[in-house]
Amino acid sequence: MIVFEKPKALTDAPMHYCPGCTHGIIHRLVAEALEELKVTGDTIGVAPVGCAVFAYNYFNCDMVEAAHGRAPAVATGIKRADPGKIVFTYQGDGDLAAIGTAETVHSAARGENITVIFVNNAIYGMTGGQMAPTSLPGQVTQTSPYGRDTATVGFPVKVCEMLSKVDGATYLERVAVNNVKNVRAAKKAIVKAFRNQIEGKGFSLIEVISSCPTNWGMTPQQALEWIDTNMIPYYPLGVYKDKYGEAEK
Amino acid sequence: MEKVLMKGNEALAEAAIMAGCRHYYGYPITPQTEVAAYMAKRMPKIGGVFLQAESEIAAINMVIGTSAAGKRTMTSSSSPGISLKSEGISYLAGCDLPALVVNVQRGGPGLGGIQPSQSDYFQATKALGHGDFRRIVLAPASVQEMASLTFLGFDLADEYRMTVMILTDGTIGQMMEPVSLDFGELCEAVKDWATVGHKWERKPNIITSLSLQAEELERQNLERYERYKVVEENEVRYEEYRMEDAEICVVAFGVCARVAKNAVNAAREKGMKVGMIRPITLWPFPKDVLKKAADKCHTFVSVEMSMGQMVEDIELAIRCKRPVLCCARVGGMIPSPDEVLAKLDEAAKMGGTAE
Repeated sequence: MIVFEKPKALTDAPMHYCPGCTHGIIHRLVAEALEELKVTGDTIGVAPVGCAVFAYNYFNCDMVEAAHGRAPAVATGIKRADPGKIVFTYQGDGDLAAIGTAETVHSAARGENITVIFVNNAIYGMTGGQMAPTSLPGQVTQTSPYGRDTATVGFPVKVCEMLSKVDGATYLERVAVNNVKNVRAAKKAIVKAFRNQIEGKGFSLIEVISSCPTNWGMTPQQALEWIDTNMIPYYPLGVYKDKYGEAEK
Repeated sequence: MEKVLMKGNEALAEAAIMAGCRHYYGYPITPQTEVAAYMAKRMPKIGGVFLQAESEIAAINMVIGTSAAGKRTMTSSSSPGISLKSEGISYLAGCDLPALVVNVQRGGPGLGGIQPSQSDYFQATKALGHGDFRRIVLAPASVQEMASLTFLGFDLADEYRMTVMILTDGTIGQMMEPVSLDFGELCEAVKDWATVGHKWERKPNIITSLSLQAEELERQNLERYERYKVVEENEVRYEEYRMEDAEICVVAFGVCARVAKNAVNAAREKGMKVGMIRPITLWPFPKDVLKKAADKCHTFVSVEMSMGQMVEDIELAIRCKRPVLCCARVGGMIPSPDEVLAKLDEAAKMGGTAE
């Protein structure tokens, strides 16, 4: 009896992610969701610019690679062309919460019937560890070498909190993938975000608190602990909006 | 089909619909607003999509999405908005996606003004975004051409998998003329590359402009330029006017060509041997016909609403064999027939010095 196998919604391509990076887990959760909902063959994913730029090599569905921050606009164009298809974006924090803020807010405001997977690891990973819109106050990065000074560069953007005030948004939940319990909750949230789309309920965004051991300068284990001790206190997990009031507890 | 009286911008929009475009994405900017307003009215009635985006950048990226999904789509804007779209236009090129982009030009640089201009000539023909790529640039000179070149533009975009730009201005966009909307057969390209879901019947389609292997990226660029070569061979379009015995050749496109035509007629009445070549495609530029004209014409006169931007292309086409004068008004001003005529008089005096 097979009790565990790779979802067919993932290809066999070896992933390029660093050791201890949680992108692989999140990819798998998205793939499992597509498979469980039996929509892989009708799905078009939109990859970001950032560490997940090569997501199109890993997801076994049709994929479009968008310009930095523009994934929700590209997804809008795909969904409007073919409303019967399932369309998701997979974006990092620089992509979604800095250069693509307008596209994020307005696709939510329009209630665009898409699913957004937002990976928040509080750093620009691909370019080598610069300060992200979600870097924590005091966090040391390549471009905040003395720690993020909120007096000069301001505060992190809390995406779920911000979008919870947008009438058009349907479902917003923040999850993490640093332990088994959290991974299970993340899976549930991601499935729900896709199910919402299938049911025509509108814009769902799942913010996944993720680790970046390489650019945080930690071991994978330390990075997972840092999520508990630093990230989650600043970015509390939970459902931030549920228009249809059916959040699974 | 009988002719109807329409505004240029509206004729363009209706022609796009007739070409099968059901997805329009735009952002308000003067003087192209009629296109968006027309689409907003028409699209919901025919099961199409009109979407006012949050920015020009978002609009062109929505175009990318719909084009990736295999559907005919377009956006329109005016000069400052086109600068914002240039990122997306580069991605369209890198992804080899077809799209129609309309620039109803206004005077610049910066916010400039809102009066007609041709000052985006360089941008449209040379550098509409980063990277090595070309796009077809069509320059209508009448309301009829606003419609027929738009219809043609969608076919060309699909055939060569590239962006086609309609480069026009507020004058052509807002003038009313009788127009025939009979364009003949609608070509429907097979788009087996489109991202529409693989249904487990094929491998995933991937649309991307990223290529980190230098050899591979070079190969893609070379392949693209092979395609552009075919475009240059097959798609050059121009109009010759009274060129049979011309000794002076006027070169003008769009609204300037209309003004220049009057000046050519006036010059002919004075006994001057003047003709005009009107590029309809600004890229590919009608190089060969100009080069041939340089055998007989001693002087060329570029009439344009930019600071001689087209002069360089004329000089290149004729290998600098003859002098090229420029009759330019800019900032929203349109050259008058008298101004063109004065420049033609100047050109006539150069007749003896050319050879």
